Amino acid sequence: MQCLSLAAERAGLHRGMALADARAICPQLVTRPAEGIAKVQEILRRWAVRYAPHVAVDGPDGLIADITGAAHLFGGEEALRLDLHRRLDRAGFTSRSAIAGTRGAAHALARHGGTIPDLPVAALRIEPIMAEGLGRLGLKRVGDLLALPRAPLIQRFGPELALRLDQLLGRQPEPVAAPAAAPRFAVRMALPDPIGLHADVMAGLTRLLDRLCATLSRHQMGARRLRLELRRVDRATIPVEIGLAQPLRDPDRIARLFAPKLETVDAGFGIDALRLVATLAEPLAPAQMGSSPSQEDAMADLITRLGNRLGFHNILRIEPTDSLLPERSFRLVPATEAKPGPLPPGLPAVIFPPERVGGAPPDSFQWRGEKFESYRATGPQRIAPDWWEEDPAWASGLRDYWRVQTRQGPRLWLFHTPQAPAWYVQGQFA
Amino acid sequence: MLHALPFALLPSRVHEAQGSGRVIFAIWQAQRRPHAVWVRAKRQSEMPLFPGMTVIHAEGTDILWAAEEALRSMPRALVIAQPDQRLSLMAGRRLQLGAEAGGSTGLLLIRPEAGSPATETRWDCRPLAGDSTLHRWDLIKNKKGTTGSWTLDWDGTSAAFHMVSATGQRSGLAGQPG
Repeated sequence: MQCLSLAAERAGLHRGMALADARAICPQLVTRPAEGIAKVQEILRRWAVRYAPHVAVDGPDGLIADITGAAHLFGGEEALRLDLHRRLDRAGFTSRSAIAGTRGAAHALARHGGTIPDLPVAALRIEPIMAEGLGRLGLKRVGDLLALPRAPLIQRFGPELALRLDQLLGRQPEPVAAPAAAPRFAVRMALPDPIGLHADVMAGLTRLLDRLCATLSRHQMGARRLRLELRRVDRATIPVEIGLAQPLRDPDRIARLFAPKLETVDAGFGIDALRLVATLAEPLAPAQMGSSPSQEDAMADLITRLGNRLGFHNILRIEPTDSLLPERSFRLVPATEAKPGPLPPGLPAVIFPPERVGGAPPDSFQWRGEKFESYRATGPQRIAPDWWEEDPAWASGLRDYWRVQTRQGPRLWLFHTPQAPAWYVQGQFA
Repeated sequence: MLHALPFALLPSRVHEAQGSGRVIFAIWQAQRRPHAVWVRAKRQSEMPLFPGMTVIHAEGTDILWAAEEALRSMPRALVIAQPDQRLSLMAGRRLQLGAEAGGSTGLLLIRPEAGSPATETRWDCRPLAGDSTLHRWDLIKNKKGTTGSWTLDWDGTSAAFHMVSATGQRSGLAGQPG
């Protein structure tokens, strides 16, 4: 249990309780997975910037805002608080808040209410063990701590307690540091009159690309996936997406990739707004100008062009795997992710799914309508199937692989399955 | 005039190979280039095992489209394609222009009689029986020279091979169209 509503708290549930216990206490509990809490907190933090420029996240369940000099804009501190609660209630959030002169005091008062001397010592943001220790000595309220001399407290409990007390009272500064906003690579453009010609849309796209690529180069990033949204006069939005094999921030090359896709777009009565967003951006170091395009760039361009039409899952490289089974000792992975490596020795030049042979193998057999006679065979190499996988191709059990030289010419890779006697061809050697 | 190594394919041109040993011929050619691109249909059962080459899966006319794009973009690379339809003169000419523009070499693996008249050379390849790994590669059409047959010994594990028969045997008059 991470976040509870007021009704749930009144029913006796608390944070950190296991779901099974919670359901036992309250059978009609409604739950949702907790991964979204950080996102919601971030959204609320960005929304709270309407009250003050510095808003930071405060623990897993709170926000802290420095409203120095901003309260008068809302008609005073109390009016600001009321406005905040009204809007949060309307959005469905249950919230508590407090305004104080220091960050520590605001944190404590929002959670426990009352005045500063009546706060429990746990509100000081100290370890629970320390709070327990203070409780055993009879120091349950902050007011009790404030009355005591400082030096024995520090000696007994360490400097952290004194720091927290000073932060509460304002003797130690504790500024609110809002995190820098992550850069968003999106640009938009609204047009006074609707456009529809391909050349006009490309001109608008070029202007958007210039702005977007300038932002990307400022942050030393390149785009891997881009989406252009064309808003039509009838309020329909047409998305056009492209993918890139490597991060790019070159306006010309990206515009060239959009051109064929834009030709098939139906502009309806006209397009009056364009929005270009880089949905996936990756770091891209600044490149030296004037160097000639290398072979890797040419390959990346080719993969981009082919991938956008055939699908990036159809541009592949052979990558070795750990399996000992021949047909699984390699796999085809998309070229942008492949890790090259040598294949295990002993594999043929050409491999195909096993084909059964007729006749009287291994001496003379028929394969693909032709008769073969073997005169030399090298082997056997026994390969056993993976006992943890149920592969129908290996249902016949062990395989004894033989490299067979035939009198007709081809050098074939045959295997024999002793547990269900049969012979198959699976490859051809050079 | 034939190149010093008789079956090194002339660059910036598109060639064809047929016969049961055409895939092995293509792998031998790919080993001699810095980059190789292989365009094939996904449902084709035979998979060449040559790590380091880029495999492109396409269907129908997209195979030739992808081959042309690759020919135009990758200088000094070998582009191998296995089209599943007959090649017309137009398609062959387009691919030749692509290879010239890009500075790359093309090799089309075809069934007999399914090639294009625009090809630069056409090879017939098959393995030969013997104690070692013998291959026979016949040059049956050549726009810029004579035809011939070569037998070589190559086991596929490295680029080294051993020429068995004499080179450049003439079959027919010089200058006769292939």
